Amino acid sequence: MNIVVLVKQVPDTWAERKLNEGDKTLDRASVDVVMNEIDEYAVEEALRIKEAQGGEVTILTMGPERAVETIRKALSMGADKAVHLSDEALKGSDAVQTSYALGKVLETLEYDLVIVGSEATDSRMATMGALLSERLGQPQLTGARKVTAEGGTVTIERQTDDGYAVVEASTPAIISVMEKINEPRYPSFKGIMAAKSKPLTTLSVGDAGVDEGQVGLAAAPSQVVEFSNKPPRQAGQIVKDEGDGGTKIAEYLASQKFV
Amino acid sequence: MASLLLSRRDLDFLLHEWLDVSSLTSRERYAEHSRETFDAVLDLAEQIATRDFAPHNRRSDIEEPVFDGERVILHDEIGKALRRYADAGLIGAGMDKGVGGMQLPAVVTQATMAWFQAANVGTSSYPFLTIANANLLQAHGTPEQVQTYVVPMVEGRWFGTMCLSEPQAGSSLADVTTRAEPQGDGSYRLYGNKMWISAGDHDLSENIIHLVLAKVPGGPAGAKGISLFVVPKFLVGTGERNDVVLAGLNHKMGYRGTVNALLNFGEGKHTPGGTPGAVGFLVGEEHQGLTYMFHMMNEARIGVGVGAMALGYSGYLHALDYARTRPQGRPADAKDPATRMVPIIEHADVRRMLLAQKSYVEGSLALNLYCGRLVDEERTGLTEEARTRAHLLLEMLTPIAKSWPAQWCLLANDLAIQVHGGYGYTREYPVEQLYRDNRLNAIHEGTHGIQALDLLGRKVVMQGGAGLALLASTIGETVDRALKEGAIASRYATALSATLNRAVEVTQIVWGAGDVALSLANASVYLEAVGHTVIAWMWLEQLLAAHGKEGDFYDGKRHAARYFFQWELPKTTPQLDLLASLDRTTLDMHDSWF
Repeated sequence: MNIVVLVKQVPDTWAERKLNEGDKTLDRASVDVVMNEIDEYAVEEALRIKEAQGGEVTILTMGPERAVETIRKALSMGADKAVHLSDEALKGSDAVQTSYALGKVLETLEYDLVIVGSEATDSRMATMGALLSERLGQPQLTGARKVTAEGGTVTIERQTDDGYAVVEASTPAIISVMEKINEPRYPSFKGIMAAKSKPLTTLSVGDAGVDEGQVGLAAAPSQVVEFSNKPPRQAGQIVKDEGDGGTKIAEYLASQKFV
Repeated sequence: MASLLLSRRDLDFLLHEWLDVSSLTSRERYAEHSRETFDAVLDLAEQIATRDFAPHNRRSDIEEPVFDGERVILHDEIGKALRRYADAGLIGAGMDKGVGGMQLPAVVTQATMAWFQAANVGTSSYPFLTIANANLLQAHGTPEQVQTYVVPMVEGRWFGTMCLSEPQAGSSLADVTTRAEPQGDGSYRLYGNKMWISAGDHDLSENIIHLVLAKVPGGPAGAKGISLFVVPKFLVGTGERNDVVLAGLNHKMGYRGTVNALLNFGEGKHTPGGTPGAVGFLVGEEHQGLTYMFHMMNEARIGVGVGAMALGYSGYLHALDYARTRPQGRPADAKDPATRMVPIIEHADVRRMLLAQKSYVEGSLALNLYCGRLVDEERTGLTEEARTRAHLLLEMLTPIAKSWPAQWCLLANDLAIQVHGGYGYTREYPVEQLYRDNRLNAIHEGTHGIQALDLLGRKVVMQGGAGLALLASTIGETVDRALKEGAIASRYATALSATLNRAVEVTQIVWGAGDVALSLANASVYLEAVGHTVIAWMWLEQLLAAHGKEGDFYDGKRHAARYFFQWELPKTTPQLDLLASLDRTTLDMHDSWF
């Protein structure tokens, strides 16, 4: 079973994340970057399916040159090869444009499953699976906490508020996974060394058949119009317990519309 | 949030902007590596240390190992973390490919290990000892011994120990009494007791490989009669339980996740092959045991220095984080009591304590990595002369690389507690554990006093003073470069040069006393003075590496160098004066006067 995993490089979740004052895009230069955490689960799930059934795992990443660090990490976990879509023209692309560009690359790859993380920690859009499903005309199965793929069918347990739903589709299909699905492995030292020689194809927009006019900040259907930093944390309010502490806390919570 | 274990930024600065470790990849041993693999393995180390080692550091401190009379019980997170470490292939990181290793340069291997020591020094001890054991066997064992014992250790299936001390012989190893009787079939049977054995017994691995110092009857007296034996807990091939038993656990101030035990060899509880006695196999030649052990010991001592630095570094980062978030008091010139309180980092005295910590831990890390780089040079230097030079300089620096971090990074932990105030003294904050853990490092693998004797009594006089001369000329090269830079670097270089010259002069005075007891009486002061000189050198090197670079990180380096030269290096003046006076105060004191 051949699987493509979409992997995104994002600013470290624990770092202070900022937007550039000028073009209001994400400031990637000033922060440490990491693999989007949920994408580690996506890679792990793909590797588990591959280890059980054979096939190949391909990493697909769109991002600046530096994103190759994240691609190498996925390869050192055990993925077989990678495609890196990297072009200055893509800078500032929103989710819709990104799905267009990634869809173009996916059209050139042979796969049974595309696995994505449920959302990225930077944009928090959580739409990539759905957007690709629409563009590629392939079924999507979202919020997977378990995946079973056999023959031409893939079945997932889709997490819901009350339990889970079993959802089935024919392949090729697009699956988004959530944290409950597995515990991602660490790369091994041997994996790190092996990753150096695994195939990594870098594509420009031209190579991928992406129309340059449809991507990038200027052509983006959605724009960040304005932003402001969150206000500094204010000092807390101290409630003195004079036998009525519980009531005071309840009143406070009610005044803040928490209850 | 930035890590509170170590600073990756600092590691990258030292490894790449200063030591240029990527240049090592032009050497055959490291040819398969690149900056990319160095970065990836450091990322991996940080990740496993943060996710799997740090979370149970406190738990190991509270839930000490328990001996139920049969087996040692450890909480479950220790084994799980060690499995992750081994599965990642980190035990063999620096070892030869032939035994399953990855031939990572020693300098990068040390940086990797530092993450684990900062996160959880108790759990880190198991691989630390296993790696030291495997390296020793690889250097001095037969090919068969290497295949039998080293390979399973690299795979993480077996762990190792070092059995040197005995209840009556700690620093005085010449007085060990464990005896090894040859059996005529190439094996020996060992009888005796070994004390302070870290990782001495547990169920974390399938087997435990003890390396044991013992004397073969009829051999020379003292240190020259000591041989080295490999003694597995379970005999290889038969799986029989060897006659090595745990007599009791030591309950320690820190490092509590590391089992520490008294082991009895050959007391007869088990009878491998039908007879009592611990079955052991000679490593190398008889009576050469201490020489072999010191091969490991030098490496272990540098490793202890790395551990001391790591604990100090983590304490510093915790103190820094606390000082930035704890509001208390107002600026000295604030008149209005209604103004907002400021974070305590705004107070000069708190900055003093943070600067001291920064200068100690970053200075130590620089020395740790410099020594690691020397290990690589000793192993892969392009000429015989380069390799010999690296070996000699490493010999000279080893007692300092062990003792300076153990002393001053412990003080950093002390200051980290002080920055936290009362909270630092409670068990709710990690700094008190870091202090207790670090207190060991001035004791094990040769105490502070032993290191002082090693430096003054052995290292500075070896090969007619060639080690000291080499250290002086190497520091001199840095001084020359700094003088050419002008400005601040030039001023510090002049101060360092003067201290260095004085230290060399004092060495001659001390050894000119004509009385060995007098020459060595104040060796600890000598170690501290030369130690401070060496760390000042490390700061001058960092200052040069930061030259012309802008930003808070580099400004921080420059300011910490300023602190060290303004506040710390001058401490050597009275120390060197005391040494030059051949002061007899400690010698003249009588036991009955105490």
